[in-house]
Amino acid sequence: MRSTVRKPRTITGPRTTTGPRTTIEPRAVRTRRTGPPAALVAVAALALAAGCSGSGGKGAEDKPSGGTGGRPVDTPRMTIGMVSHAGEGDTFWDIVRNGAEQAARKDNVKFLYANDKEGGKQAELVQSYLDQKVDGLIVTLAKPQALAAVVRKAVAQGVPVITINSGGQFSAAYGALTHIGQDEKVAGRAVGEELNRRGRKKALCVVHEQGNVSLEDRCAGVRATFSGRVENLNVDGTNAPASQSSVQARLQSDREADAVVTLGAPMAAIAVKARDEAGSKARIGTFDLNPSVVGLLKRKDIDFAVDQQPYLQGYEAVDLLWLHRANGNVLGGGQPVLTGPAVVTGKDVPKLEEYTGRGTR
Amino acid sequence: MSTADTTVKSTGPKNGGPDERLVHRSPARRLMSRPELGAVVGAAAVFLFFSFAADTFLRASSLSTVLYASSTIGIMAVPVALLMIGGEFDLSAGVMVVSSALVSSMFSYQMTANVWVGVGVSLLVTLAIGVFNGFLLTRTKLPSFIITLGTFFMLTGLNLGFTKLIGGTVSTKSIADMEGFDSARTLFASHLSVGGVDIQVTILWWIGLVALATWILLRTRAGNWIFAVGGGSDAARAVGVPVTKTKIGLYMGVALAAWISGQHLLFSYDAIQSGDGVGNEFLYIIAAAVGGCLMTGGYGSAIGAAVGAFIFGMASKGIVYAQWNPDWYKFFLGAMLLLATLLNAWVRKRAEATK
Repeated sequence: MRSTVRKPRTITGPRTTTGPRTTIEPRAVRTRRTGPPAALVAVAALALAAGCSGSGGKGAEDKPSGGTGGRPVDTPRMTIGMVSHAGEGDTFWDIVRNGAEQAARKDNVKFLYANDKEGGKQAELVQSYLDQKVDGLIVTLAKPQALAAVVRKAVAQGVPVITINSGGQFSAAYGALTHIGQDEKVAGRAVGEELNRRGRKKALCVVHEQGNVSLEDRCAGVRATFSGRVENLNVDGTNAPASQSSVQARLQSDREADAVVTLGAPMAAIAVKARDEAGSKARIGTFDLNPSVVGLLKRKDIDFAVDQQPYLQGYEAVDLLWLHRANGNVLGGGQPVLTGPAVVTGKDVPKLEEYTGRGTR
Repeated sequence: MSTADTTVKSTGPKNGGPDERLVHRSPARRLMSRPELGAVVGAAAVFLFFSFAADTFLRASSLSTVLYASSTIGIMAVPVALLMIGGEFDLSAGVMVVSSALVSSMFSYQMTANVWVGVGVSLLVTLAIGVFNGFLLTRTKLPSFIITLGTFFMLTGLNLGFTKLIGGTVSTKSIADMEGFDSARTLFASHLSVGGVDIQVTILWWIGLVALATWILLRTRAGNWIFAVGGGSDAARAVGVPVTKTKIGLYMGVALAAWISGQHLLFSYDAIQSGDGVGNEFLYIIAAAVGGCLMTGGYGSAIGAAVGAFIFGMASKGIVYAQWNPDWYKFFLGAMLLLATLLNAWVRKRAEATK
């Protein structure tokens, strides 16, 4: 165990591993009555004396040299607001935002972002951006009815709107320029084909948010093209142990299931644990991508992942609004612009590691 | 007669005549008056039901899964039950679990420290949150619902805010390749094989906590204090019970269990989603209430809470084993819980009537 407290690594700095060995033992500072301060000192001493990890952690991290920087275009500054239906703490939306912010830097755009998972509050946020006189709006139509009025109002006021991610079938009707996203049924069908190619017989579709239309669509898409049987399983996605034990219970009771399809990246690792605990032979595929899924692909714990390329959804939306303003362009010809599905497998891992590490895939 | 009555009376003045505390009662009577009896009957009913409804339910591996699901709720349900006996709630318990895991994970990762350091820091931080809850409650005398609702929202925000601020994304980075991870995983998230059946280590933590809490409740002075403050804190203070200390201690108990659960979460999945945990606080309260704790305080038991968690685990996984239509899952779950609780209440009424 190393004894140096290492500072977070800088981009170019060499990795220093030597230093004076401190000799403070945690026990030496513990007095008879261990109050909170003594305990704090003890932990601090623990961190100093014996605390370093020789592997992993921040110290092993390489700063990405991803495509940032560069000079923006010389068009006048504009403001674009984006309102999503993201819940708190969803890695997917980080990637969308990274894409949007990258395009905003390039296009000399001031980019605003807000999110709320309730349709009504999402509409209020859109309204607040209209009040701030933004030059363009990006909204997700996960709860289309709730947003219909405010999107139409924006269009009537001459603010161009691009819808992304969900609700593509409503986009044109509400007057949006175009829709950028993945058609969930198309993505589901791609997964069904993939399962056919791998010769699976019975698949379990793990729905981590009961009643979510796009998740149901994904399962329906799988069902449409997969030649074997597909059964849905509802789990509580925000409670990992409960999700795991539910998948585990299902695999224990259903020995025929030879494929598990999870509908979100964090669920893949949970399904892998459940499969191993249940001693099942089922192979796992997942929708969406994150660093953990890339690790699972690398270790062959899962067979494939379907990427809907969220980075593109943010990037293209900002870029298209800019193009619309600067050059009057519209993309898609009235049809949704599809960013997925892109099926990735173990052989894509080396590149993916780099991209997911910097939060762009 | 409930345990609460005994403790409150034991501190009161003596009345004339034969002391009712010394009256001998038969073991059967004593068993009937235990708060967990109804819950045990409810659990037996749910168990029997799924034994018939799902043919894979009775397998050893299935029961191990059910026990695991129960233990993840049960570990938290134990101190939450003690807190409810003490007359208070903790709505921050669900996210506190995730906070604890996040602190542990991010401290280790950012400092490139041995993960045990993060685990230790996390224990201190989590206990501090418990002290904060208890201190604020006893100082302000506001209802615990309001205080812990505040901490609930604050922790939810802190979880997300700090995770994004420090790591750039909303989930933590994997610490699986760091020093100390394997030994910590052994303690918090391993499983041992007993006669070919996997037993998750959380089940042992759960049993340990239930035993400890039961001992505290029934065999120590602190246990009497807990019943007394739940029965009526002003009366308890009047007879010399350290109400403030007891309540802060109870919140620290919740924090301790949140730390155990949080470390389990971290070491079984090695990365944490910062938005998780919201809503789980109700599962703990449900488990305690199904297990016979009164919402008004002063009555209940740790074993009851454990049985309540077991009922919840059986019902939620039994439905999966029975392979019922998943669209109706929540309906079945609610109906099972309601029936188990009704049976519990009915048994208790009968037990009290026979006294």
